[in-house]
Amino acid sequence: MKRLFCFLALTVAVILVGCGKPDFSDAEKKTIASLALNTLPSLQPDTTNRFADVPAAAALGSTLFFDLGMSRDGTVSCSTCHKIDRQFQDDLPQAVGVGRTNRRTMALAGVARDPWFFWDGRRDSLWAQAVTPLENPLEQAGNRAAYAHYIKTRFGERYERIFGPLPDFAGLPLNASPLGTDAEKAAWNAMSDTQRDAINRVFANIGKAIAAFERSIEPAQTRFDRFALDLATGAEPKDDAVFTREEILGLKLFIGKANCVICHNGPRLTDNSFHNTGAPPVADLPLDRGRIDAVAQVEADPFNCFGAYRDGDASACGELRFMVKDAPQLMRAYKTPSLRGAATRPPYMHAGQFSSLDEVVAHYAKAAPSVEGTSEIHPLELSDRERAALVAFLKTLSE
Amino acid sequence: MASLWRYLLAGLGLAALLVGILAVVYLTAPQSAQTVGPDVSRTRNSDNGLFVASFSPERGVVRQGELESWLLTLKTKAGAPVEGAAIAISGGMPQHDHGLPTSPQATDYLGDGRYRIEGVKFTMSGLWQLHFAISASAGSDTVLFNVVL
Repeated sequence: MKRLFCFLALTVAVILVGCGKPDFSDAEKKTIASLALNTLPSLQPDTTNRFADVPAAAALGSTLFFDLGMSRDGTVSCSTCHKIDRQFQDDLPQAVGVGRTNRRTMALAGVARDPWFFWDGRRDSLWAQAVTPLENPLEQAGNRAAYAHYIKTRFGERYERIFGPLPDFAGLPLNASPLGTDAEKAAWNAMSDTQRDAINRVFANIGKAIAAFERSIEPAQTRFDRFALDLATGAEPKDDAVFTREEILGLKLFIGKANCVICHNGPRLTDNSFHNTGAPPVADLPLDRGRIDAVAQVEADPFNCFGAYRDGDASACGELRFMVKDAPQLMRAYKTPSLRGAATRPPYMHAGQFSSLDEVVAHYAKAAPSVEGTSEIHPLELSDRERAALVAFLKTLSE
Repeated sequence: MASLWRYLLAGLGLAALLVGILAVVYLTAPQSAQTVGPDVSRTRNSDNGLFVASFSPERGVVRQGELESWLLTLKTKAGAPVEGAAIAISGGMPQHDHGLPTSPQATDYLGDGRYRIEGVKFTMSGLWQLHFAISASAGSDTVLFNVVL
C-alpha cells in the first residue's frame, strides 16, 4: 500500500511539473521564434546613401545629431527630442522643439530598417527624414541655406573630407528655403538652379551623415529574446529567461486571441505598414489624417528616392514606386510602432493619446470606431486577468 | 521492490493504451479544417474560363515583409501563350478588411505568356487574396489567387 501511494505521489508530481512548464503548440513556437531578436537579419546596405557605412560620415552625423547649432536659434538638436538615454525619444505626448508639434517622438532602435519614416511615412529614406525636422518651424526651425553656411563655417574641413568640395558660397543668401518664411522663399526663388542644387546637395549630405550615425542604433536583447531562444533550442530557461505564468499567458494572448501579432510581427514587432486602429484625435491639435495626407508629401519631396540626390540606381525605390496612393484604408492610418522597449516609454500612440499600456490594451479590446475612415480593429472579450497578462508580457520586451 | 516495478509496468501499459486510443481518434477524425481551407493552388482557370493563369514567386520563396517579384503566366485554354495583356491587380486580407500594403504592377513581359508582377509585399501571416483583371485580344477575364503565409 505504501508503494502504491509512493507511485501515485510520483505520478502526481510528474503531472504538476509538466503543468508548470510553458506548453506551446508547434504553431505557437514557430510564431514565438519569428519574434525573437536572433532572427533579425543583418542591416542591409542603403544604396541610396553611399555614405551610409562610411565611419567618418557616421561620426560627423553623430556630431550634428547632438549639435544645438543645428537649429534657428541654437536651442534644439535632433537629440532634444531623440534623447540618447531615453531610447532616443522624449516621454512627451507630443514632441517639443522650437514649438509644440502634433506628434509623439518615435524611438529610434532599428530605425534604419524602416521602409517609411515618421508616423505617417511622409519620407522614404532615413536621410530624407533626417533633414525634415531641420526646416520644420516647430522643430529645429532653420532653413537649408543657413545650414549650408553653418556646415561650411563649423565643419567645412570634416565635410569636405567625406563629401568632397563645398560649393562656392559667393552670392548665396544667408537664409533661403522653399519651405521657409516669405523672405526665405523669395530668396530661394531668386537663386539660380545651380545655386539651389548646390544648397540642396549640402542639405542632403547633412541627412546622409545623420542617417549613417543612426544606422548604429539597434534594438537590444530582452528577457523575451532569452526566453524565445531557450524555447526554440529546448534549453532550460535560467534566471530572468524564466517566464511567470502571467507572462506566458500574455504571450499566448499576444500571438493568439488578442491578435496583436497580426501587425506587431517579426523580430522588431512591426509590419512596417500603416493601419487605422481607431486612435482618437487630440482635442487642441490640428486635423491629422495620417497616411492619406503623407502620400502627396513623399511624392513631392525633392529628396525622395526618385529625386536627384539619391545615390545608386532606382532599383532601390520599390517602396515609393509601388506605394498605395489612394485607398480608403489610408485614412487615419499610422505606422505600426516596434514594441521593443515600449513598456518603459509611455505615453502611447501617434500623439501620445494613452498614458499607460493598460489604456492601450483597453483601447484595442474596446475597438471604438475611427472618427474618420474605418478601424481595422475588432472588439475583443478580455478578462482583467488577461489584460494584465498582456501588459506583463509587453514588459518582457523592455527588460 | 519488485512490486513497485509491477506498478510502473502497469502504469506504462495504461499510458500506452491511452496513446493508442488517442492516435486512433486523431487519425480517423474528419480533417475538416484542411478540406474547407482556401484553394491555394498556384495555377487556376480564370473566372469565365478564358485563361489558365499561374502565379508564383520569381525567386521561388515567399518572404514576409519584403518587396518581391512574382510571375503571372497566362495561357489560353488551348495552351497558347497570351501576349499583350493589360493586367490590373488588387487584393488584400479578407479577414482583416484591409487591402494590399503596396500597389503591385505588371512591369515586364518576359515572353511565353509570362508577365513580371513587381511590388508584391505580404506584411503579415494569414490569408491574402490577389485579384487580377486581365484584358487581352481573346477577351477580358478575372482570376483570384489565395496566398497563405
